[in-house]
Amino acid sequence: MFGRPVRRGTRERLTANVALLVATAAFVLPLLWLVLSSVEKDADLRVRLPGAPTLDNFSAVLTDEITFTPMLNSLLLCGGATLLTVVCAVLAAYPLSRYRTRFTRPYLLTILFTTSLPITAIMVPVYGLFVQVDLIDTVYGTALFLATSQLPFAIWLMKNFMDGVPLVLEEAARTDGASTLQTLARVVLPLMGPGVTVVTIYSFIMMWGNFFVPFMLLLSPDQLPASVSIFTFFGNYGQVVYGQLAAFSLLYSTPVILLYVLIARRLGGGFALGGAVKG
Amino acid sequence: MRTARWLPIAPATLLLLLFLAGPIGYCVWIAFTNMQLTGSSQADFVGFANFRKAFGDANFRDAVRLTLVFTVLSSIVGQNTLGLALAGLMRRASKPVRTLTGAVVIAAWVLPEIVAAFLLYAFFRREGTLNAILDWLHLPSQNWLFTLPILAVSFANVWRGTAFSMLIYSAALSEIPKEITEAAEVDGASGPRRLWYVTLPMISRSIGTNLMLNTLQTLSVFGLIWAMTRGGPGGRSTTLPVFMYDEAFNKSLIGYGTAVALLLLIVGALFSVVYLRLAKAEV
Repeated sequence: MFGRPVRRGTRERLTANVALLVATAAFVLPLLWLVLSSVEKDADLRVRLPGAPTLDNFSAVLTDEITFTPMLNSLLLCGGATLLTVVCAVLAAYPLSRYRTRFTRPYLLTILFTTSLPITAIMVPVYGLFVQVDLIDTVYGTALFLATSQLPFAIWLMKNFMDGVPLVLEEAARTDGASTLQTLARVVLPLMGPGVTVVTIYSFIMMWGNFFVPFMLLLSPDQLPASVSIFTFFGNYGQVVYGQLAAFSLLYSTPVILLYVLIARRLGGGFALGGAVKG
Repeated sequence: MRTARWLPIAPATLLLLLFLAGPIGYCVWIAFTNMQLTGSSQADFVGFANFRKAFGDANFRDAVRLTLVFTVLSSIVGQNTLGLALAGLMRRASKPVRTLTGAVVIAAWVLPEIVAAFLLYAFFRREGTLNAILDWLHLPSQNWLFTLPILAVSFANVWRGTAFSMLIYSAALSEIPKEITEAAEVDGASGPRRLWYVTLPMISRSIGTNLMLNTLQTLSVFGLIWAMTRGGPGGRSTTLPVFMYDEAFNKSLIGYGTAVALLLLIVGALFSVVYLRLAKAEV
């Protein structure tokens, strides 16, 4: 049934097309509602064509309190955490990719094990711990935790990309007396630009959409990132202005959609497992 | 000199110890205390009292049941089967249709969790799109978030997570050697038989891995459910992560909430070990 047919019959193709279009229609409905409501004057909860498209909802939410502050907070939090994740992942991946010792395999297996642990489960004790060590409600504390939760997968991906860089060039650099860090910065990294980009963007997308971590660790309204402020926006008002909520959701989602498009070509299914699965 | 070579691994290791291993250790300790939200200094060791309480707590048992329903419905049945079906159909469809499906399904996956929750909340509300369609088809509509909340959040999770399975199965199907499917066709194996006897065995490892990862993802869903239903009405969509949060912050029982968290973590760790086995990582 699946697998590769010898002759693609026209009827078979037609059936597949129709089935996929039906599935796509079901998937697209909620997305359609988002786009249509954002330009609808008094939007409700149903998909329907707006009478007269308007940008009022966008101008209503483009204020410091609703959009600019939370988006800036998100950018600071996720940008900082992504930078930390990527730098640590590059540094850690290098020895793991290049040297073989007794510790390499156990270390990598531990990393792979950690990638799939449900981080959600430890958020309650993390909250308690952050209260004890006075990191609660600090942007840098939250960024440190976010960065760490993304780190195992970033190391794993980065090591796989690094394995693809041939050793020969490094050996040449070594014989010229370059140090480890010099070799990494001047020889290896320039050769794995796309890999670093993928890890950076993927980590950023994951953090940008993360709700639970900032929801638990940040308390002051002026520090909340968009993921949490949007929640208070539609969770705590009696009368929700759906059009404005849709407009804000769209603004908040746009960066990750655009970033994903940038790296989509390089992401096969194999990526999703960080290359851990063959066949 | 030899140690110096391993120096670059230090920052990452330090972070992982401080912010991941540390909290996990702390989690184990707090689970055996009666810590409350109010006075963090007053935590006494209470042994297995929290766990005894959990197993005798009807609400906890309900949460376990709902977690199972949520996981089986949305991850094992929904995402996994739908992902495989989409991947299989995409191999046969015309290119524009394939591209369109991929884009829409992946867009649902890339959207931030809270936006997805809000969209699906709007979709399932009494005055939402789903009921509009049912009315149009002259089928009975209802207030889904009230009557069948666990079904609504399961559907939401399928909507949001199917892309992952689709990507994995697309990759797995594209790796099946042409000769094998051709041989099966020549031998006259029909569609369903070919699927069962040829295709599925060829991608069995991907299926196992995908099921593991999906289940682990689904076990830790919090934001989607919290934003859609708050675990209600009447606790009828309270899965373990929501239950744990509720006990710790709305009832101030940090110790008890953490004990539940530890159980969740242990289940997750067991799944992770199975995943490692299946992945047979080439480390």
